[in-house]
Amino acid sequence: MIEEQPVAGPYTHARTSIGRTMGLVLLALLPATLYGLYLFGWPAIFLFGTTILAALIFEAGSLRLAGKRVRPFLLDGSALLTGWLLAMTLPPWAPWWIGVVGAFLAIVIGKQVFGGIGQNLFNPAMVARVALLISFPLEMTLFHAPVPLFSAQAPGFLDSLAITFGQSDQLDAVSSATTLDHLKTELGRGVALETASGGVGSLSQLTLGEASGSLGETSALLLLLGGLFLIHKRIITWHIPLAMLGSLALLATIFHLIDPQSYVGPLTHLLSGAAILGAFFIATDLVTSPVSIRGQLLFGAGVGLLVYAIRTWAGYPEGVAFAVMLMNACTPLIDHYLKPRIYGRDRKGEPLTYADEGGEV
Amino acid sequence: MSNDYRRIAKDGIWDNNIVFAQALALCPLLAVTGTASNGLGMGLASTAVMIASGLLISLFRGIITPQVRIPVFVLIIAVLVTLVDLSMNAWVHDLHKVLGLFIPLIVTNCAILGRAESYASRNRILPSLFDGLMMGLGFTLALVLLGAAREILGSGTLFADAALLLGSWAAFLELELIPDYKGFLLIILPPGGFLVLGFLLAGKRLLDRLFGQRRAALASAEATASSRS
Repeated sequence: MIEEQPVAGPYTHARTSIGRTMGLVLLALLPATLYGLYLFGWPAIFLFGTTILAALIFEAGSLRLAGKRVRPFLLDGSALLTGWLLAMTLPPWAPWWIGVVGAFLAIVIGKQVFGGIGQNLFNPAMVARVALLISFPLEMTLFHAPVPLFSAQAPGFLDSLAITFGQSDQLDAVSSATTLDHLKTELGRGVALETASGGVGSLSQLTLGEASGSLGETSALLLLLGGLFLIHKRIITWHIPLAMLGSLALLATIFHLIDPQSYVGPLTHLLSGAAILGAFFIATDLVTSPVSIRGQLLFGAGVGLLVYAIRTWAGYPEGVAFAVMLMNACTPLIDHYLKPRIYGRDRKGEPLTYADEGGEV
Repeated sequence: MSNDYRRIAKDGIWDNNIVFAQALALCPLLAVTGTASNGLGMGLASTAVMIASGLLISLFRGIITPQVRIPVFVLIIAVLVTLVDLSMNAWVHDLHKVLGLFIPLIVTNCAILGRAESYASRNRILPSLFDGLMMGLGFTLALVLLGAAREILGSGTLFADAALLLGSWAAFLELELIPDYKGFLLIILPPGGFLVLGFLLAGKRLLDRLFGQRRAALASAEATASSRS
């Protein structure tokens, strides 16, 4: 093997590393997370902590088993982010074992089995979310109206411990359907949209997050701010979020215009559920999304299309996780067919010919 | 000679196990291993077919010409599977209802044709019979292991409905390991079969590596001991 001497060139160092990327994503998630934790109180905080701790423990255990160095991989923040994103997609008052089983599915089956960071085919948090939803439909669809921390209805510290870690029966008293869930049920019964939307949060409530849902499904505004911060910091580009939200909004508008009584309008689609979280934080996962710009646009549009189709016609009220995983599966194909043009070559990879070399102009 | 049979047994059950080493017969494996009892029933049915097909094909290996061997093997196996299917329907009807379609599908089990082709058609009767038995037992072992793992994780029981398979005396096998278990549906569904099989394969390779290391350590210890003396 020839040792090549590094050439002193006019290079600049971008100072990007996995740790820095993960740190910035976490920072962007922080406002929405803190607000969500405030809204759903102590049970949400316990579940959040349990999920992240379990994710870190499973990551450390897997690294040890695989014979890799534990500290650098554990401290790069990727397991922390996976656990964090997973916790944001769980119902805030779910029991603790949902978080632990989810962390196992995400870290061990979703990521480490494939060979660790950078090797996984599917977004680990979404693997866990979908597996949990299929395995434990009851626990994963039991949502609660927000009861902000320190408000009168909020459970106290000890009650909350019982909700997350014990066998608590008081859950039924406060459970409530999410916006998408409610609309789907009512529309399925043949109720007109105007009547059906009486029972759900208004658009401003959805924007601010005062509606029931997963931890990360709440405040569209804070998530949007976090996403724009990521674009500003150049961690992600605008292509996937815009293509995804754009295709979702376009489809919703078309169908809403055709039949306003049975199709939900675009704003509700964009602001409710995990659309914003998915567009900025989940679909843009650097490992599982296409590399090229055109590929990213196609990927985002595909996710938006699938989200709309699943929400409107399929059995589940929310489809971001399914849509992202289905498009993750297409990512290698997209990367294969939509390669960027190599400098000095045409799209097929043949060298360009120039007039001064005797070729045709 | 006994060494030869030991080799066949070791190959069938562990080293060249149909599932864990050859990765054959995955379709029935993943389809019926929701519980350990189903796995055991399927494994025993396949074993019966493998023993009988080993015997018959080895018996007729002198008169089956290479050109027609595949149709003849398939015909022999199909006859045997039909026998097993009808017998199970008659005597263990409840289990037959559970396993249903997968009993006739033993015909298409590539492992059986594989053993007929690679072993029974080139060896004498007794070794072929023994090879069928050991390969079948290895397959049964894999089915029961996978079924048990999926059953424990997925529904918290072990050998549920074993009485259906083995008669009422087997009721003591039916355990409820985790009381009040809510069930882990994913493990019972086909994706869970793939996931658990993957972990079992990894476990087998891990064991192989550990045994290999221990054997190497023993051999080197013996070598040093003999060189000293």
